Amino acid sequence: MQVPILKQGLYLIATIQSALTDADIVELRDALVEQVGKSRSRGVIIDVTALDVMDSFATGTLRDVAHMVRLRGAETVIVGIQPDVAFSMVHMGLTLEGVTTTLDLEEGLDYLNRRARAVPGR
Amino acid sequence: MTISIVAQGPSRADESEWSWRMKPVDVAEEARVRVESDSDIVTARMRGRALAAQLGFAPAMATLVATAISELARNILLYAKRGEIILAPIERGELRGISVVAHDVGPGIPDVMRAMQDGYSTSGRLGLGLPGVRRLMDEFEISSNNGQGTRVTIKKWLD
Repeated sequence: MQVPILKQGLYLIATIQSALTDADIVELRDALVEQVGKSRSRGVIIDVTALDVMDSFATGTLRDVAHMVRLRGAETVIVGIQPDVAFSMVHMGLTLEGVTTTLDLEEGLDYLNRRARAVPGR
Repeated sequence: MTISIVAQGPSRADESEWSWRMKPVDVAEEARVRVESDSDIVTARMRGRALAAQLGFAPAMATLVATAISELARNILLYAKRGEIILAPIERGELRGISVVAHDVGPGIPDVMRAMQDGYSTSGRLGLGLPGVRRLMDEFEISSNNGQGTRVTIKKWLD
């Protein structure tokens, strides 16, 4: 299972399309961190709408992606966390502290665009 | 699996009830999922979600169950290499629910009390797996003997 990564302007958009194994999530993390450099991207959007669960591994790995991408000079937005998934994360005590999340892809792009305008010279 | 239920019990007077009883219904059954690779984690949680939904759990509750199964299956893989997840419908008096048993014959957990604490992990991970699972479920039981494997039983009841 591979997660397609689409390059759109200055951003990378990874859309998860089904349940992912741990290996798939790790593969996605590594691909994004590498691709940010190759494409000289300013932002990464990970769409998790189709993800069936966000357990401790998925949450921890997505948090790692955001932090690694930031160290590479770009911004990550996790979009599309479903209500049931959010409910389960909260009950379990899982947080995405320090990671930007938005309702959906549109809001995610909007966030990155506003951020790009706010930073002079970018 | 779909089987037909033959009408039983004293009340057969009502025609509509009769026809309802004669309709084939899905009967939830126990399911066993072997856990040996990380794709088995996905299989186990999907089977668990399907069973929970079949038993009448709302989607949010079925997601809780699936998340708990995901954690337990990963622990099997991580610490024991292989094991099994057993999913079953359960009843207690009027209550109905789902039970999940995760067992392995791995090295066992040296310090169960510590493993149940938030943030404690011997694998360099978040350490929210077992304590998180306990928070997700209504009942949680763990037995682990050094060298004799681990058995975790969790239950969620329908409201």
